[in-house]
Amino acid sequence: MQVTQISVFLQNTAGRLAGVTKTLGEAGINIRALSIADTSDFGILRLIVDKSEEALKVLKDRGYAVSKTEVIAVRVPDKPGELSTILSLLEGTGINIEYLYAFVGRSGGDAVVVFRVEEPQRARVLLSENNIEFLDEDQINKF
Amino acid sequence: MAKRRVENLIWNRARECMDREEKQQLQLEKLQETVRRVYQKVPHYRNALQERGIGPDDIRSLADLTHLPFTAKQDLRDNYPFGMFAVPKSEIVRIHASSGTTGKPTVVAYTSRDLNNWAELVSRSLVCAGGTHEDTIQIAYGYGLFTGGLGIHYGAERLGATVVPISGGNSQRQVNLMRDFGTTILACTPSYALHIAEVARESGIDIRELPLRAGIFGAEPWSDNMRKKLEAETGISAVDIYGLSEVVGPGVACMCQAKEGLHVFDDHFIPEIVDPVTGEPLPPGEEGELVFTSISKEAFPIIRYRTRDISSIIEEPCECGRTHTRIQRICGRTDDMLIIRGVNVFPSQIESVLLEIGETEPHYQLIVDRRGQMDALEVLVEVSEQMFSDKVRGLEELGQRIQHKIVSLLGVSCKVKLVEPKTIERTSGKAKRVIDKRQL
Repeated sequence: MQVTQISVFLQNTAGRLAGVTKTLGEAGINIRALSIADTSDFGILRLIVDKSEEALKVLKDRGYAVSKTEVIAVRVPDKPGELSTILSLLEGTGINIEYLYAFVGRSGGDAVVVFRVEEPQRARVLLSENNIEFLDEDQINKF
Repeated sequence: MAKRRVENLIWNRARECMDREEKQQLQLEKLQETVRRVYQKVPHYRNALQERGIGPDDIRSLADLTHLPFTAKQDLRDNYPFGMFAVPKSEIVRIHASSGTTGKPTVVAYTSRDLNNWAELVSRSLVCAGGTHEDTIQIAYGYGLFTGGLGIHYGAERLGATVVPISGGNSQRQVNLMRDFGTTILACTPSYALHIAEVARESGIDIRELPLRAGIFGAEPWSDNMRKKLEAETGISAVDIYGLSEVVGPGVACMCQAKEGLHVFDDHFIPEIVDPVTGEPLPPGEEGELVFTSISKEAFPIIRYRTRDISSIIEEPCECGRTHTRIQRICGRTDDMLIIRGVNVFPSQIESVLLEIGETEPHYQLIVDRRGQMDALEVLVEVSEQMFSDKVRGLEELGQRIQHKIVSLLGVSCKVKLVEPKTIERTSGKAKRVIDKRQL
């Protein structure tokens, strides 16, 4: 169960992020989760959207450098210590996390954590053995 | 006082103040000899002459020079490394080279007589700058394959001056030794001279109070305004020295104390100004591309070399008493070459680096600025889809890889900045490759 994440290259100048969100908004694409990694010179915007193929297309048409990455999304109870449990599992087996970000769903109660790890297959096996629930794109959209 | 010094100090009065008609006779004889020799020894020249249907005997007057074929930098690359040499390797005692656009450098060579002549020309230049055997000359040009350091070095020794071969870099040490050794003449690029002055100021040393009295600056374009600024800030007399390795290195031409253009040492090199597009010779006073023919070189003679530098010829003899043909200070280039901290940089070199890392159609821009007194090069590279990764580390590594490759190819430090696609300004579809913000 994989989730498509869209990454967009942004240079560190005013209005660049607004340009991306405007493009997506005009195309009727809803952003479900986002995170920005930034350095002094540039940023990388990572997005989970409801229509990833369409989002890729409109952003490419607008000339953005975009890429598609498969990431893992899991459901985590919105309680103290829950994220820590997952991180400990990964850490214990030496699986390196490239990055992660999280959001809390509309109804509350649970959170979604989006991961990119160095060894996705191993991570998947490990997490399912420990009864961590994976989410697919549809579930994220409804979350 | 100053005037008398201008008139009196000339290194080789017999040659430098020669009657012009006599000099023309000398030039013609040496030109005929050079053409005969390259025809016999260098296949490239023999072919080029034969293509034009001319032989060595067709050079009957100096005007016949214009019938000879031009030589371009590409010809030198095509004959890499030793194809343009006119003597057997056993007679070559020195090789210099400049960085190449696609990894192939331009290679030049010298026999022992060539080095002897070169040292003579640099001595003449140093005397033009006001130097004598009493001087202590600090050579802050880079030593090595670049002709700057070693070129000035042997001329300064020939002059009998005390040579401090410090080479470029380590500005604080430059200042300290300048003070401790009592340097009287500084040789380097003009921007580096300004930088040294700044470092001196920051460390509480007033250059105007040191024995330093003259500077011989070159290897990059500068202006009379910059010269005056340098002279005012340092209290020295600065002159412009011109040269390029393909012709000999520093010492092709130099400004004298009259500071009205540069004297071309025309008993060794015949200058011409041509229309950069048609190649037609232009009369004195008209601006065009500077072309040189060497008439005394043994190892690496060069016929009508297109320098790509823009200048004009001053025919009137200089008030200093030397009878050389003079040229105006170089005021530009006919191609897109940049000179950054004395190093020649072509935008196409940056392109070759980007192609090497797998870019099929790289979009990039060079921004050159002067931070303080030093040139700073920033290279903007548009991030294409194939370069882009969702990982910060991946992009940072990419930027660093590009930067390292540029530094190792050009020998000039730079900062690489990744930018979004289509953000580099394009003129008629093509990216604008260079923005030079330096106010020279």
